Amino acid sequence: MPDPAIEIENLTKEYPFGFLHLKKRTSLEGLSMQVEMGDVFGFIGPNGAGKSTTIKLLMGLIFPTAGSARILGKPISDVEMHGDIGYLPEQPYFYDYLTAAEVLDYFARFHDLTAADRKDRVDRMLRKVGLETARKIQLRKYSKGMLQRVGLAQAILHDPKVVILDEPMSGLDPVGRREVRDIILELKKDGKTVMFSTHILSDAETLCDRVGVIVGGKLRGVGAPGTLVDMKTLGMEILFELTGTANVPLLSKATRTGDCYRLQVPEEELYAAIEQLRGAGAHILSVSQVKATLEEFFMNLVEADRAQGAAVEVSGQ
Amino acid sequence: MKSEKSIAWLLLLVVPLGFAGIWRLQHGIDAQRASISEERDEVLLRSPKLVKAMSLEYAPLLADIYWTRVVQYYGNKHLRGQANLDLLWPLLDITTALDPNLVIAYRFGAMFLSPAAPGGAGRPDLAVQLIQRGIQANPEYWRLYEDLGFVYYFDLKDYQKASAAFLEGSKKPNALVWMKIMAAKVAAEGESFETSLFLWKDIYDTSADPSVKKNALMHLQLLTVKEDCKQLDALADEYAKRHGKRPSRMSDLVQAGLVRGIPRDPLGFPYVFGEGGKAELNLDSPLLEKQLMFDRFKNVVP
Amino acid sequence: MRRAGVVALNTFREAVRDRVLYNLVFFALLMIAASVAVGQISIGIEQTVIVSLGLSAISVIGLLISIFLGVALVSKEMDKRTLYTLLAKPVRRSEFLLGKFAGLVLTLAVNTAAMAMGLLLAMLYVKHSLERSDTVVLVAVYFILLKLALIVALALLFSCFTTPLLAILFTVGLYSAGLYVQELRNLPIEVMSPPMSAFTKWLSYLLPNFENFNVMAMAAHGRVVPGALILQNTLYAVVYCTIVLTAAAAVFSRRNLK
Ligand SMILES: Nc1ncnc2c1ncn2[C@@H]1O[C@H](COP(=O)(O)OP(=O)(O)O)[C@@H](O)[C@H]1O
Ligand SMILES: [Mg+2]
Repeated sequence: MPDPAIEIENLTKEYPFGFLHLKKRTSLEGLSMQVEMGDVFGFIGPNGAGKSTTIKLLMGLIFPTAGSARILGKPISDVEMHGDIGYLPEQPYFYDYLTAAEVLDYFARFHDLTAADRKDRVDRMLRKVGLETARKIQLRKYSKGMLQRVGLAQAILHDPKVVILDEPMSGLDPVGRREVRDIILELKKDGKTVMFSTHILSDAETLCDRVGVIVGGKLRGVGAPGTLVDMKTLGMEILFELTGTANVPLLSKATRTGDCYRLQVPEEELYAAIEQLRGAGAHILSVSQVKATLEEFFMNLVEADRAQGAAVEVSGQ
Repeated sequence: MKSEKSIAWLLLLVVPLGFAGIWRLQHGIDAQRASISEERDEVLLRSPKLVKAMSLEYAPLLADIYWTRVVQYYGNKHLRGQANLDLLWPLLDITTALDPNLVIAYRFGAMFLSPAAPGGAGRPDLAVQLIQRGIQANPEYWRLYEDLGFVYYFDLKDYQKASAAFLEGSKKPNALVWMKIMAAKVAAEGESFETSLFLWKDIYDTSADPSVKKNALMHLQLLTVKEDCKQLDALADEYAKRHGKRPSRMSDLVQAGLVRGIPRDPLGFPYVFGEGGKAELNLDSPLLEKQLMFDRFKNVVP
Repeated sequence: MRRAGVVALNTFREAVRDRVLYNLVFFALLMIAASVAVGQISIGIEQTVIVSLGLSAISVIGLLISIFLGVALVSKEMDKRTLYTLLAKPVRRSEFLLGKFAGLVLTLAVNTAAMAMGLLLAMLYVKHSLERSDTVVLVAVYFILLKLALIVALALLFSCFTTPLLAILFTVGLYSAGLYVQELRNLPIEVMSPPMSAFTKWLSYLLPNFENFNVMAMAAHGRVVPGALILQNTLYAVVYCTIVLTAAAAVFSRRNLK
């Protein structure tokens, strides 16, 4: 079995804050996970979950309070290894006095490429991200979405083995998002490893081999999108019609649209619920299995975290 | 982590080595610059009015800076035994224009502008001008009158004016009572050993500036030497009267019972009789050099 | 090293595309031109006036550029987050710092050279010919450049661990202190208590001595600066910059970006 592309062990990051930086806030707590070679890995979590913190730690932009990580078998402090990694920061920004072509050429100079090779790659990348018409324009005149494209171009310019993208879809229009998706799939086809973070689940659900869910600085689950969903007990949805009002306790849980009701119950309570509704004279229209989405899994975690956070705050006082 | 640590180690190596190098280089540069003996423009701007206009509300601060330059300028020149104190006046001029209440500047001026070389710039006229400006700005400060009297007494030898200055100062608040006595004494006797001794002693006791103190101490010592020699000469005359010949060594005076023990100068070196039979400083005494220096300049400078 | 060079060239390119820089250099040339006028009314000492005013203008403009751009070198890249993508390339933080430093020093070299040309032209205009002894002006300009390089290094160091505003204040403070090191050394040491005088002595060698680089008076009077002094001052600047840049690299390589 080959080495994993990215190995993270007990990675922890605390930020000091408050007067004289005496207090500490933990943004990432004991993160351990792996991204296998050739995988597209989705790193998902709400804003402030610690996704960017993890990625910046991996890129050596900030330093961990504890723990370690390796990329392609090399420790993250090894800068030479960056020759095999591409990185797109969150809301990328570049020297605004340069044009897109110049900035790409500048970055290309850090890799051992011949001048001809550099020119060739820059042209190819600009075409790939759809900026060839804007290549001679200074970046100060670029929109946010265009900058995102430049960022993507510089991340894959040097044909890296591992590509790490922080929120690659943000700031893009639907067409742009499609293009990013295509680029990621293309990278996968070329055998590259891609790790990208997002707070939009649908992006991850359709693209990723595996996802990691992070909330409140803690990893809540890693796995294929499908298996993660299974972690939640599935429920059953009953659709029924009921005219008039009947004294059925279950009705309070149902959502009503005209005379039509929609009720969700746990699987094991399905029969009891149907009995009860029948008894009240309801007309059952359909019974179906509720396929829990990643979204709900995610929402549950967020809610749990909020509740816990509140508890911590109270006890903190 | 790896590169981080290696840089920290490098720093541990570079800082001590680097500063050792800097230390040596600085010595080299200092030596090099001294050898050029360039006359740095100590006074870039010679117009006090212009400096004052340019200094805005920071004039007193700038005055302090100029003042430190005055002290340094004098200190450097004086240490090197250079008599050329041409820039002393412009520096003092600007300093006092910037901050008329910086009385130490006037007093310093009196002390070093006025005496002939090597003690000062040999410009008692400018010293009087400076002190009078100081008195105008600080009329209640009696020490300035003392300084004025000092200049008249020692350098201009104008005992009338010296006496007047002492008298005027004695009327100011807090003036010490000896000012009045001095006024009378100087008016009556002109220059005398006691007056000179007293004035230098007062300077020595009241000044905080080390170079002023050192200068005053040297004058006190030389004054004492002068007076000692005068008295020893008188004793030698007495000896000659009794024995028919001048004493050839100090021990002759002791044997004759004219002095108790061999007389010594303020630094503890025994006096000797020189070729002309006059009492003199011992060749070993460091005071001799200073005395010679003063005598030499007295002959050169009119 | 090669990678530091890439950063340096880009830093230079940034400066070249900055309009403020041209304005400053233009301003300096204007001052030099004005000094010709001033020189003409100060009969007999035209050259002295032009050289002192011209060198002062070069020095002041250089100081402005080196302090403000020196502090901005790193802090601007951090604030605007342009550093993120750069440090994700195979480039060490120390290489980045070195490149930034070299880039600004290159910029300053070009600028001071342009201003020095202006000064020589002004001298030529007044005297109608240049003599061998006028090369001392070039030595003075070279010393100014050494001084500016040292200031850039200091500004860079401060900007590595504090806010830009504080870094500017520190740099200006240290520069002013460095101007008075000579005076510190001339203080009457005997007046002070032994620990105080030892401290003063140490301090006077630890602080960068900017007076070393001041040969304006000599240049103004057309006196020759000995070669040994040129060598010593060069070494002084190189050694001091090395110390400061190593310290900056040590600080910066453990700094968390925002
Ligand atoms: N430089 C910083 N100083 C203090 N706290 C920070 C800093 N950067 C991030 N944080 C905190 O760390 C947490 C995680 O942030 P981040 O990793 O950016 O989240 P996201 O998952 O949205 O990318 C947030 O609570 C944020 O406030
Ligand atoms: Mg983020």
